Amino acid sequence: MSAQQQGEIKYLTPIAVDTKKKKYCRFKKSGIKYIDYKDADFLLKFINEQGKILPRRITGTSTKYQRKVSQAIKRARHLALLPYVADLLK
Amino acid sequence: MLRQYETVFIMTPVLSEEQMKETVEKYQKFLVTKKAEIIHEEHWGLKKLAYPIQKKSTGFYHLIEFKADASWIKEWEISFKRDERILRFLTVVMDKHMLVYNEKKRTKSKEKKKEMAD
Repeated sequence: MSAQQQGEIKYLTPIAVDTKKKKYCRFKKSGIKYIDYKDADFLLKFINEQGKILPRRITGTSTKYQRKVSQAIKRARHLALLPYVADLLK
Repeated sequence: MLRQYETVFIMTPVLSEEQMKETVEKYQKFLVTKKAEIIHEEHWGLKKLAYPIQKKSTGFYHLIEFKADASWIKEWEISFKRDERILRFLTVVMDKHMLVYNEKKRTKSKEKKKEMAD
């Protein structure tokens, strides 16, 4: 055995490199075509504690459905189903 | 052009049960006189508002789905605006996905009712 080979570190199990979970659009995956503005509980998933709409980069929603989500949230806000501004919503 | 619409409106909680029914009837009559077809109606009852509107923290929600001509929707909305008993209203044109969704929801709730009855 050469010195070079001895110096190599060998792992029995592959080291856990921080593999990022791939984000996906939940609407595309489950085939939801329409987002109901009357369903406030569902829309809660797309807003933060202050009542702001979460960006796409966090929720993973596709552009097409993000538009629909934001439309639905804005309609829900108008009908006082969701707050415009809030504190500790969740 | 004939289209399907969905209107949700919020009435003040100050109204008595009768007054509230009267208000709803007034709008139902409006639809009938315009020969609109009422497809679905839902009364959600007294609900808490997410934020106060006109210093009220609750309101009666009512939903009407109807098929009507686009030409008098403005008139329909103005009648809401002029009504003091209405806190908020929202009229939405329904697209094909929304129609499918509502249809599904209705059949589901019907099935549930059936199950409950059984």
